[in-house]
Amino acid sequence: MTPNLSALFYLISGILFILALRGLSSPETSRQGNYFGIAGMTISILITFLSVDNFGTGFIYVLVFLLIGGSIGAFIAFRIPMTAMPELVAGFHSLVGLAAVFVAIAAFLKPEAFNLGNIGNIKLASLIEMSLGASIGAITFSGSIIAFLKLRGIMSGAPITFKGQHLINLILGVGIIFLIYYLCISQSSNVFWSLVIISFLVGVLLIIPIGGADMPVVISMLNSYSGWAAAGIGFTLENTALIITGALVGSSGAILSYIMCKGMNRSFFNVILGGWGATDQTSTSQNKEQKPVKNGNADDAAFLMKNASSVIIVPGYGMAVAQAQHALREMVDSLKKNGVKVSYAIHPVAGRMPGHMNVLLAEANVPYDEVFELDEINNDFANCDVAYVIGANDVTNPVAKSDPQSPIYGMPVLDVEKSKSVLFVKRSLSPGYAGIDNDLFYRDNTLMLFADAKKMTEEIVKSL
Amino acid sequence: MEIDPFIFRLSIFILSIFVGYYVVWSVTPSLHTPLMSVTNAISSVIIVGAIIAALAGSSDKIFETSNVFGFLAIILAAVNIFGGFLVTQRMLQMYKKKKK
Repeated sequence: MTPNLSALFYLISGILFILALRGLSSPETSRQGNYFGIAGMTISILITFLSVDNFGTGFIYVLVFLLIGGSIGAFIAFRIPMTAMPELVAGFHSLVGLAAVFVAIAAFLKPEAFNLGNIGNIKLASLIEMSLGASIGAITFSGSIIAFLKLRGIMSGAPITFKGQHLINLILGVGIIFLIYYLCISQSSNVFWSLVIISFLVGVLLIIPIGGADMPVVISMLNSYSGWAAAGIGFTLENTALIITGALVGSSGAILSYIMCKGMNRSFFNVILGGWGATDQTSTSQNKEQKPVKNGNADDAAFLMKNASSVIIVPGYGMAVAQAQHALREMVDSLKKNGVKVSYAIHPVAGRMPGHMNVLLAEANVPYDEVFELDEINNDFANCDVAYVIGANDVTNPVAKSDPQSPIYGMPVLDVEKSKSVLFVKRSLSPGYAGIDNDLFYRDNTLMLFADAKKMTEEIVKSL
Repeated sequence: MEIDPFIFRLSIFILSIFVGYYVVWSVTPSLHTPLMSVTNAISSVIIVGAIIAALAGSSDKIFETSNVFGFLAIILAAVNIFGGFLVTQRMLQMYKKKKK
């Protein structure tokens, strides 16, 4: 196949990928969008086979490895529980990153196969492109591994900070730029390997100071990085499909990071430069006084909700941890039978990744038109009888609106306190991720339900 | 003077960033998780580079270092392609409208 013809087919793949993302503008068109994506991928792979035109023994191996990887991927996709989606996505990001590194290494070792020149005499532009792709890919890989370990709970979600951390990151960052420059003059493979190793290190250092609840930003950011890495390799290979995809994924991740930061009223750098709770926790835990709290049980909650005309459910990460989404749906079903109007309110940063709560509710067969975003539903709390907060905390804290001293001041929060009564399911009075006490616990209209989210919801279902 | 083909690729890249910007803003927030998994799947189109690397050179020397890196990259990207598209499909199947 001629290079011109295959370039046109790669362009078609790129367009199909754009349509795949476009489909996600509504759930109805999204499934079709996914098929466009699959079609684009199939075209790209077939065209690559035809243009390399080497159907010898190597080709058999390619197919075998493709099938091995594919079976592993399919197995994971079918087996993974929806609650584990954040760590799955982090894991997948790490694979894209590592694949980019491997392709860059292969291109560096055998540049003539990619029309980039010869060993020791690689074209300058290609060298810059492949070293950028390798470096960003390596950062994506090791950063995603750390994010995966934190999300999976293998590594503590607490921010790991040490003295001079920012200085070290800065030095390593400058080091990467210097190594790329030095690689261009020397074409030395030692420089190339050092570049890859230092980039792996930067990825680790970049993610360890970021705490568990900031993971939505981290995952989105790594999503973006994986895109830029792909684009870098796309330039090296002069492949349109890869360039278009890299740009799409890069900007997609960047937008998601922006949305997540805005959901917390924090700047991107504030998140990246490290822990939130770490600095404020000490001051708040010291001056904590014993304030009266109203304590209720499942029967009280069932009684309140049964006699309400409207209930808003506010789910958070705690719901995911307790796997309470199915019990919650049962509860809502029996409420609906009693003629109660129920809707769900989702804060942009609820959960550990963008849209996490929506997927869990969808899994529990909650229709998506009962689920609302912060802006859509926030005014409804004033007219609502009961707000049922399950596993959310900081995103409901009214302090964000009233106390300029608070670290979360200015963060958009759900106006849960405006509803006639608030049922707050929580295991204890401990503060949330931001390390601050939730004012909502001590309000007159709040009834605390101290229990595991799933157990409490199941008990409420029983007494309904 | 002729325009360097790099400039054309750069144009495609920058225009694609803009396309991505507008397309992604129109994605409904409730589908942000499938958005992440599908972007994951499509960025694995990097497999084209892996295939080229794996098949480079003559067929009697298919396991030179650079080919091995190509084969490894094929496995990684394939996990992502199949895993990414299938898990997205699985999630999207769950989004249902209220039964009227």
